[in-house]
Parts: sequence; structure tokens; C-alpha cells
Amino acid sequence: MSSPPEPDAVLSYDDDLFTPGHRACAGCAPALAMRHLTEATGENTIISMATGCMEVISSPFPESSWGVSWIHDVFANAPGVASGIEAAYRAFDRKASEEFTDHDDVNFVVVAGDGATFDIGIRSLSGMMDRGHDVLYVCYDNEAYMNTGIQRSSATPLGASTSTSPPGKESLGDDTSKKDMPAIAAAHGCSYVASASIGYPQDFKQKIERGLEHDGPKYVQVQAPCMLGWEFDPAEAVTVAQLAVETGLQPLFEVVDGELVDVMRIRDRKPVREYLECQGRFDHLFETGEGEEVIEQLQEFVDERADELDLDA
Amino acid sequence: MGDRTMLKGDQAVAAGVRSTQPDVVSAYPITPQTGIVETLSEMHADGELDGEFLKVDSEFNAASSCIGASAAGARVFSATCSQGLKLMSEPLFTAAGMRLPVVMAVANRSLSAPISIWNDHTDAFAERDGGMIQFFAKDVQEAVDTVFVAYRVAEDPTISLPALVNLDGFILTHVKEPVDVPDEAAVSSYLPDREPFATLDPSDPTTMGGVGRPEHWTEARYAVQEAMLRSREVIAEATEAFGDQFGRKYGLEYDGMLETVGPVDADLALVCLGSLAGTVEHVIADHPADVKLVRPRVIRPFPAEQLRQALAGVEAVSVMQKENSPGYQGSLASELKSALYGSDTQPAVRSYVLGLAGRDVSHDDIEAVIEETGEAAEDGHPRRFLAEERWPQLKGDLLDMEVTQA
Ligand SMILES: Cc1ncc(C[n+]2csc(CCOP(=O)(O)OP(=O)(O)O)c2C)c(N)n1
Ligand code: SF4
Repeated sequence: MSSPPEPDAVLSYDDDLFTPGHRACAGCAPALAMRHLTEATGENTIISMATGCMEVISSPFPESSWGVSWIHDVFANAPGVASGIEAAYRAFDRKASEEFTDHDDVNFVVVAGDGATFDIGIRSLSGMMDRGHDVLYVCYDNEAYMNTGIQRSSATPLGASTSTSPPGKESLGDDTSKKDMPAIAAAHGCSYVASASIGYPQDFKQKIERGLEHDGPKYVQVQAPCMLGWEFDPAEAVTVAQLAVETGLQPLFEVVDGELVDVMRIRDRKPVREYLECQGRFDHLFETGEGEEVIEQLQEFVDERADELDLDA
Repeated sequence: MGDRTMLKGDQAVAAGVRSTQPDVVSAYPITPQTGIVETLSEMHADGELDGEFLKVDSEFNAASSCIGASAAGARVFSATCSQGLKLMSEPLFTAAGMRLPVVMAVANRSLSAPISIWNDHTDAFAERDGGMIQFFAKDVQEAVDTVFVAYRVAEDPTISLPALVNLDGFILTHVKEPVDVPDEAAVSSYLPDREPFATLDPSDPTTMGGVGRPEHWTEARYAVQEAMLRSREVIAEATEAFGDQFGRKYGLEYDGMLETVGPVDADLALVCLGSLAGTVEHVIADHPADVKLVRPRVIRPFPAEQLRQALAGVEAVSVMQKENSPGYQGSLASELKSALYGSDTQPAVRSYVLGLAGRDVSHDDIEAVIEETGEAAEDGHPRRFLAEERWPQLKGDLLDMEVTQA
């Protein structure tokens, strides 16, 4: 009997810019997004990060998962901090100090969760975009405040249960629709705006790369399911993300200079119900007639937007 | 030395900032600081400032962008006060913990409510525990000079902390005084280029501002405490070097931490901050009572040792302060008492709250305080804790309004 081949004794992560060993939950899609993001930006990058799961799991002193220069200040101000970094480098270049010259190719990047982006940090983001800083803003959207224990954000979808939007006798979960942040970013005059999904990593990485080719502010929002907050099997993160795209709830598109230039077409768009069923956060919707109405409302919303975006292949 | 010109305080501070040629200036308007941002904007528009000027959306992002730029290794400047300083508070506290030098002018103004644009020191004291070095200037010239000293201290690699240069809103920002603003060449020989111990350089990746667990947080806070205490020596050195180069000497016998005016062996003393000291000087100049002025130039680090020296032998001290910590008393008075606890001299200490939100502190007000200080000394029990705080400018008739009733 022949013995199986020896496995590699040590896996090498030497080239990784977001290294394993961090504290993310098993099956954390946002952590996957961090890895793809750094693969796309490369090492000549400075990240300014908002408080949130990805910051907390990756930076407990004296350890760090970051192979790129990285700073975290507070929850709401990652774009403000990035504005200062980028301005400093412009000043260094202008003053042509020897230590710092020719920073044209440095990628200035903000990474923030949906809470930091849609809610508390929106002023900081708006200011950064308005001033035209050459910064790529990447929002990893796990649709709630996961770091503090799954509270709703304005990215939380209608009907989702969170610890501050629980279903109850008078409640069917979150009672507002998801804020349209990509539209808000585009309205700021961002040269490049894209939505992405961790279910389609190549597409996500290409969008990061393409975004970086543009001058000025650019915005990429990547949906990244949180197995803890959405309640699904840790092995299913990528499938759940793909289902969001396949049902049309998470359309993937690119907006360049205000023009919609690309939409990933969906063949045989699946019913929203199929996506909702695979996550515990929507369980209560299937228990009552009113819950069914919310599901219908979501389906109507998706159908309308599919028309607008010409989503169906 | 340079030429003396008539300049408004806000313009003079801006001119001083120009001489330090910051890489990034980021500020947001708020009365009475506005003139500083506006003057810097004009200088930038005229190409007199080589650095970047960020027209930010709020003080929150003024502070945030200064922090980012400082982390990148830049020399940064901002200015604000009052509500703006409050809005900066969250990021400013992190600037201390992350050991990022940020120099700011604070045109001191009261905090709402009720809204008031006028001067007092409530805003500065509300930031007291954040780990920012805090200077207080007596006049426009000192405000300008303190900007240079503040940079030298804040950017010293062994200190690396944010620093606030407090100057009384309106009283100093909107008054014209003859000032000498050193030019860029003179300043550059006083103030070396910043040499940060770490920067966000992509070729040498660093992680800044990570999570501190209970195993490490205490040490980070202790490091701020140490740097603060150590900064006393750097302040002394920087103030002396400033005096040597520019001829203006600020309290060198007290390591630059405080100034005294009046007889060395006076029986009575008045303690106050900022521009109020100018008025006090006038009153005591030919006052019959034996009284001296003791004026801290710095409240963080606290000049405890210098206060003990300056008040040695004094029988009674009155602290005149433009702030109050509701539920206790003026912070400066309580801090002075704690500095004197256990020292050889134990003067009676009186606490006065006045000059709040722009209420003028007149010669008569100061005369009255001196008189009461004299009475306290004559009581014959100097080792007393005078807990009762006095609000001599309070208008009883206004207190009759419903909202103030018990
Ligand atoms: C001013 C302020 N308010 C609240 C918090 C607590 N807090 C930290 S992270 C966070 C939520 C982060 O949510 P999100 O941006 O969606 O990122 P996620 O944790 O989901 O990855 C909250 C509420 C804080 N740090 N600062
Ligand atoms: S709670 Fe969610 S987002 Fe946070 S680490 Fe776990 S899986 Fe990732």
C-alpha cells in the first residue's frame, strides 16, 4: 500500500498583506474581503480604517494582520484621517523633501463597515469626496453593526432582525429600507463607484484595481455576509453572498463619471424568498401573513430596480 | 529681531503659523477663532503657505485630518474653540494616545448652553484630561511666541503629544497690539524639522492605532503621563532657547511654566490665567496691599512645583477663574489646593468664578477680591480649606427667573 503524499509542513503566508491569525469568526466574509482587497491594492498602500469588526479582529497590539501601512483612529473619521494622509503626501511632494518624493503611485485607501459608512461616518466621507481627495473608499457591507453585537445600521435590509430591530408583537424586524449609498457617492461626483460581492472575488478585485486607476475619490461597496449576524452556517458565506446577487438584492454595477457603464446581468433571477430562507435573521418573516407582505415588498423593490438597471439577462 | 507691527491677535497668530510653514493646515470657522482660518486661507491663496490647506467640513474632520497628516509625518496646524473643540474632542484624545503631535490655537470661548460667543475657559478645561499640553497666553505677543514653543515641545520626539495654545477669544483675537512676528528664517533656526519616530511610509509598513487590551492599555496611558511630566523639562528648555534667540523671556525663573508680577515676599497672591493677568497687573501695580500675581502659562502639565515655589510664604491666595466644574468648584482652584497639600506653606485659598462668557472683569472686581484675600489672611488661621466658592459677579435679580429656582 502506498502512503499518501506528505502535505507541505508549513504553509507560507509571507507574501500576504492581510495575514491569517486574526480573530475573525470562522467563515467571516468581511475578512475574506480584506484579503482580496490587499491583493488588489498591493503593498504600496496606506489604509485608514474605521472602528468595526475588521479593525478589532486584525489589530490587537502587539499583533497585526496588516502588511501594508495602516492606521485606525476612531469609528467616524477614517475618511477624515485619509484626507490628512493624502494631503500630507501632496505637501511632501510639493516641497520635494528628499525622504518623500513621487508619491503618485501610493494608494490611499479607506476601509470601513456599513455602520461607519452609511451612518456615523457619512459626514466625514462626504467631506472627503467633496474635497476631491485621491482616496479609494471601500465599504465592506455586512448590513449591521457587528462589532457591538449586531445592531441595525441604515444598511440593514427591510425586515431583518437585529438586536435593535428585533421582531416582536409590534415589529417585523427592521422597518426601513437600505440606504442607497452608491447613489450618494455618485452624486458627490466620484469618478468611480462600484458595487461588488464577496461571492465574486475576481470581480471585486478588478473593481478595486479599476477604481485605483481613477484620480480623485472613488467608492466601492462590497457585500460581505456575516455568519454570526445573519445566522447561517460558517461554510456558506460565499454561497449566501452569491444568492444575494442571483436574487437581484445585491446588483453588481459600475458607475464611471456618473454614467452606469456596467451591470452584471442575471440569468433566471431567483426569487428573493430563496435568499431570505437561508438566513436566521429573516426567519420571523415566514411565520405570519404580515411577514409574507414584507417578503412581497422586498420582491417588488428588487423587480423595480432590476428594470431600472436592466438586470435580467 | 523682527519689526513690530500692529496686528490683530488672530492675524498675528496666523502670521506666526506661516513662519512655521506647516505641511497641512486644516480648520473650520467658529467665532472668535474665524480670523485665524480666514487669514491662513488668504495666505494660502497668495502662495505664502507652501503646505496644503484643507477646507474641511467640520472641526471633527479638521482634527481627524490633522491626525492623519501627523501620522504621515507632517507638521500640522489647526485652530478652533468652544463647540468646535468639543467636536474635536474624540479624535483629539486619540492624538495623545497615539502620540501624534498636533498644534492648535484655541480662541477660548464658553460652551453652550445658553449659547454665547464670548470668552471664558470652559472649553479648555473640558479637554483637560485628554493628554494635550495646554498653554495659556497673556497677550497677543505671547500667543504668537507660544505657537513656536508649542511646536518645539509637541514635536520633540521624546514628547510627541498634541498641544493647545489658548488665547482669550475677542480679548486677544480681536485686539490690535504691536507685535513682533519672527520670520520663517528665524523660526526655522529655532524650530527644527519634525523627525517623527514612525510614519505611515508604504515602504516600511506600520500599524497605528490598534486595539489595546488590558495587558497593554495601562502602559499606553502611563506613557502619555510620563511624556506629559517629561515635557516640563522640554518646555523649560524651549522657553529659554526662545528667550535667548528672540529676547522675549517668559517666566524663566519658573522654567517657563509660570510668571509672577509684584513683590517676591508678598503676603497675598492672585492666581489667574490668560489675559485677565494683564488687568490684574494694572491693579496691583500701585496697590497699597502687599499682593502679587501668579500666572500659570501652562495648565497641562500642571506647574505644581512652580506654584509651591511662587506661593511660598504667602498667607492667602485667591484663584480667579473663568470656569467652574459644576458640582464642585473651579478646576484651577481645586488643582492649586492639591498642589499645595502637604507643602510647607499652607495659605488660605479662595476660589472665585468670574468673567464667564464674556462678563467683563473690572478693576473694581479685582480690588474686591484683593480686599477679601486680605481679610482671609487676617483671620489668622491660614491652614484652612475655604470650600465656599464665590461668584462675585452673580446678579441676584436674574436668578429669580423660574428656570433657576429650586
Ligand atoms: C462614537 C462611537 N460610537 C459607538 C461606538 C461603538 N462601535 C464600535 S464599532 C461599532 C459598529 C461598527 O459597525 P460597522 O461599521 O457596520 O462595522 P462591523 O462591526 O459590522 O464590521 C460601534 C457601534 C464607537 N466606537 N464610537
Ligand atoms: S461577527 Fe461577523 S463580521 Fe465580525 S468577525 Fe464575526 S463573521 Fe466577521
